[in-house]
Amino acid sequence: MSASVHARGVRKSYGLVEVLHGIDLEVAAGEVVCLLGPSGSGKSTFLRCVNHLESINGGELEVAGELVGYRRDGDKLRELTDRETAATRSRIGMVFQHFHLFPHLTALGNIMEAPVRVLKRPKQDVRRDAMALLDRVGLADRCDAYPSQLSGGQQQRIAIARALAMSPQLMLFDEPTSALDPELVGDVLDVMRGLAKDGMTMLVVTHEIGFAREVADRVVFMDAGLVVESGPPRQVLDEPREARTKEFLAKVL
Amino acid sequence: MVTLDPRPPEAAPKPPTVVPVRHWGRATAAVVVLALLGLLVAGLIVNKNIDEHTVRQYFFSRLILHGVLVTIELAVISQAVGIVLGIVLAVMRQSKNPALSGTSWLYIWFFRGTPLLVQLVFWAYFGSVYAHLTLGIPFTHLHLAQVGTNTLLTNTVAAYVGLSLNEGAYMAEIVRGGLLAVDEGQTEAALSLGMRRGLLLRRIVLPQAVRVIIPPTGNEFISMLKNTSLVAFIGGKDLFTNTQTIYSNNLKVIPLLVVASLWYLVITSVLTVGQYYLERRFARGATRTLPPTPIQRLRALLVPRRMVTT
Repeated sequence: MSASVHARGVRKSYGLVEVLHGIDLEVAAGEVVCLLGPSGSGKSTFLRCVNHLESINGGELEVAGELVGYRRDGDKLRELTDRETAATRSRIGMVFQHFHLFPHLTALGNIMEAPVRVLKRPKQDVRRDAMALLDRVGLADRCDAYPSQLSGGQQQRIAIARALAMSPQLMLFDEPTSALDPELVGDVLDVMRGLAKDGMTMLVVTHEIGFAREVADRVVFMDAGLVVESGPPRQVLDEPREARTKEFLAKVL
Repeated sequence: MVTLDPRPPEAAPKPPTVVPVRHWGRATAAVVVLALLGLLVAGLIVNKNIDEHTVRQYFFSRLILHGVLVTIELAVISQAVGIVLGIVLAVMRQSKNPALSGTSWLYIWFFRGTPLLVQLVFWAYFGSVYAHLTLGIPFTHLHLAQVGTNTLLTNTVAAYVGLSLNEGAYMAEIVRGGLLAVDEGQTEAALSLGMRRGLLLRRIVLPQAVRVIIPPTGNEFISMLKNTSLVAFIGGKDLFTNTQTIYSNNLKVIPLLVVASLWYLVITSVLTVGQYYLERRFARGATRTLPPTPIQRLRALLVPRRMVTT
């Protein structure tokens, strides 16, 4: 059910500027990995490469043992068609810093849209599952609300439910609590904690050191487009080996 | 510790009366404007050249009513075709393929850059450019069908073609503006859910773009309604053509122009109301509370103390 992620020497450039200089990262099925690092270190870019929102310029990226965005054909890599890339993405959930809920649809509509239109599942079944998901994120009573009528924390929980409605094998979180008021962060982290407990593979870009310490199986510290160090949270957060990690933690803790 | 106020509530100090500030400049301007408006209306009523009798006589005449119908038909169908054309051109314009985006750019450049009147007359005389229109396989002599251009492109058809193609160019830019107004994050969210480009455009981007597209499209439709009068140059049988036909017979030019103007105003007013409700419909999700309908606003004006909720 849960998928693993293998990244080997992943490079990404915008024009002449290379922002990822060869990222190596392994996430086992069911593992929760938190990506930490200063802004501009390439953690969000890497996350967006994992579901091919950005295409990579070098190296290899596999999810559940399959290349992302490409197909191996002898010694060639063939770019996947739109249809094939879409199919890959439908198995990978993504949660954004600014939620990106569809403002013209209700909470329920947001969750039902992709399962009905992409997976072509019957509406009745999808509605039942969507209500169960809303219940799981504690917002069943707000199913008919439009995003503009919900608080940031509620919107982010709807966004998580929307991603979960596709029954993903892997969840990507791009600073899911960075845009939230401090008192709303807890509810969103609770939902993520529950997901981790259920064995979902999660790759989380975050500044919540407390969450990383408590939930992550492994913490990866990135800086300037490279992985600086990685390991269990206790080791990386409490006894960092690298000077840059120490420097960063001194600033945020 | 709690102390109680020994005074009875009646003895509480009376709230002061609020004296609003007087806007003398504003009041004077209002009096001047109203006086000028009164003079204008009085002048129109007194003037015999307007000839109210003739206006009444022709307002519901058969020829005028038929013209109104043709004008509405022309405007609605040409606008509808223009919108569809505009969406196609706008999507083409955003394509990464330079052949598609370039063609769209060229189309807009040409049809926006030449006068509508010239385009209409051109389509009416298209037969003198190409005498026959042939359906067949290019670069061969195989013909499936062939018609004389003038049989196919009658003046009525030329009017529809001219208005639609011209409108397409303007709508393309309006639709493009609407598509650009939708946040990039919406596209990313939809892609991350496994949606493909077509579905994404239809279900996520266009419904949100519509909100931005409606107001300028309303404007375009009203322009279109009035631009239909240009088909008088190619014998279009619309409201203005028929008005001209009548006044060239009875020479009552001004009264008949008043008739035509009043009809254009009536149709425009109906369109304005329609646009308001359409905008309200597509505002769902974008604003927390919808703006009141005119009827609700009227009720609020008549019953000022009650809160009117939508």
